Amino acid sequence: LAGISFGLGRDALPEEVAAWDIDIRPDGVGLPAGSGDVWTGEEVFIEKCSVCHGDFGEAVGRWPVLAGGWDSLTHEDPVKTIGSYWPYLSTVWDYVYRAMPYGEAQSLTPDEVYAITAYLLYVNNLVDDDFELSDENFAEVDLPNEGGFYLDDRAEGEIPAFSAEPCMENCKDSVEITMRATVLDVTPDDEEATVTEAAA
Amino acid sequence: MDDTKFKGMKPSRRQFLTGAAAVGTASVAATVAKAQGAPDPLITDIGQQPWSQYLGPGVDVAPYGMPIKFENHVRRTSVEWLTADTVSSINFTPLHELDGIITPNGLCFERHHGGAAEIAPADYRLMINGLVNRELVFTLEDLMRFPRENHVYFLECAANTGMEWAGAQLNGCQFTHGMIHNVMYTGIPLKLLLAEAGLQDSGKWLLAEGADASGMTRSIPIEKALDDCLVAFKMNGEMLRQEQGYPVRLVVPGWEGNMWVKWLRRLEIGDEPWHHREETSKYTDLLEDGQARRFTWEMDAKSVITNPSPQAPITHGPGYTVLTGVAWSGRGTIPRVDVTLDGGKNWHQARMSGPSMAKSMHRFYFEFEWDGRPLLLQSRAHDSTGYVQPTKAQLREWRGDNSIYHNNGIQTWYVNEQGEAENVEIS
Repeated sequence: LAGISFGLGRDALPEEVAAWDIDIRPDGVGLPAGSGDVWTGEEVFIEKCSVCHGDFGEAVGRWPVLAGGWDSLTHEDPVKTIGSYWPYLSTVWDYVYRAMPYGEAQSLTPDEVYAITAYLLYVNNLVDDDFELSDENFAEVDLPNEGGFYLDDRAEGEIPAFSAEPCMENCKDSVEITMRATVLDVTPDDEEATVTEAAA
Repeated sequence: MDDTKFKGMKPSRRQFLTGAAAVGTASVAATVAKAQGAPDPLITDIGQQPWSQYLGPGVDVAPYGMPIKFENHVRRTSVEWLTADTVSSINFTPLHELDGIITPNGLCFERHHGGAAEIAPADYRLMINGLVNRELVFTLEDLMRFPRENHVYFLECAANTGMEWAGAQLNGCQFTHGMIHNVMYTGIPLKLLLAEAGLQDSGKWLLAEGADASGMTRSIPIEKALDDCLVAFKMNGEMLRQEQGYPVRLVVPGWEGNMWVKWLRRLEIGDEPWHHREETSKYTDLLEDGQARRFTWEMDAKSVITNPSPQAPITHGPGYTVLTGVAWSGRGTIPRVDVTLDGGKNWHQARMSGPSMAKSMHRFYFEFEWDGRPLLLQSRAHDSTGYVQPTKAQLREWRGDNSIYHNNGIQTWYVNEQGEAENVEIS
């Protein structure tokens, strides 16, 4: 396809690329210059984030929990937070800067996002209260679960296991019902569903 | 339609259990006529057939038509307890009311993370930047001048059937399997746009970014971008619906719905994946050992019987019965679907009907004489790679109960003597 051109579109100006290309990567590529400390982060967080996420990232109601859940990933009900589950700090910075606060995205300055990110590290017991995060030291911070992910391996195990010709006749002697949705009764109907437990 | 009216349309739990939800006025009347053995006034009495006597509405009554009022119950429905609010949330396609393979645009399920952005066509811009020879900006008008292609693909949310990992939870295929739609997309092969910008050899990954307030981003390997991805602006012949990304969305055939970025505003080429929120915190699949899979892109072969099902009970009693459902695979076509009436003791090959296209829904039927005894219905899809849809138990052996996404396990409906169906799991 090299060399194919329809002569459509125009060159993007540097200011335009800078305005939209705000993403950052785990190695810190894309981070703007700036810094913020835990105490500043606490102030900003209480003002702009805690109404949904709680004063300490513990969450209000059904809103996402941002801190805690350490070592819960093998439990029956894992609590997946920045501290317990997320692999990279860059994702925190990138997501807060591009999409938070919910309903008023892209209203935070880079320094505010550094400060909030420092505060989120603090409430996850990952830094002391005098910590200051900046573009200079950003890449030095590792999250606990960085090694907790591996590439999709369905092709090595599941797919071969599920690719055998299946049984068609007399496949089992008996069949028992082991679980029924009507027992749980959480399907919406005229009466509002009252279950508070979250599936996802 | 306002919310109060909407709620009134939803079948109640009592209706689910008695099967009353699916019985329309016409079928009640027909049943009565048959039972009394007398002439049917809907045939013999012109007074009961006003449509045969008086004129109907003219051609300009509905410049953009909606379904007839008797089909008002065919609609998207949400499950309130699933999410914290209705803006970053999901609703469900009414699979039990549909046939064939094409989902009507107004019934395609919605999944937003920052609500449905409203972007006027004149305000739309698409940027390509990063490891390209020329960083470019396109208007919608520019995009309309590229060569187009048409393809039918399914879009399945990675979380479709996710609530069922813990067991049988929601009673109806709309809720258990309705985070999917299947439409014909018209769009530009992504590779043509990348060629226009001049892809550099070091470009190995593409970041697709949405213009909505969630700033949706996903990393896509360049091989997929150059293979079959489309930058689409039409669905089923008309411009995309607002809730489906108007005016432009990414189409990533066979891959999890989250990657089909709506309100697409930017494509960046890089040499590494970005590991953004939607591919670390979300759309990673936690396994029993506390480790999680990342980049689980393909949607594996899957099927579900849409009728009978909990929202679509058998209302005609014993006798000749049509069983139907849909099957799909992110890895190819569906040459075969098996169905069982006895919970997997014996299987029968279903009849495929309609076009068979890779990474598109397929329709299957199995007609049988129902003797009025309880049924345990299942369907089992085979895809063109030889993969056979696994049971939920088989999946849990590999993944445990907490992986949330990618549940393509075989669904079971229990049908009782009255024809009422229920979501169950069986041994």
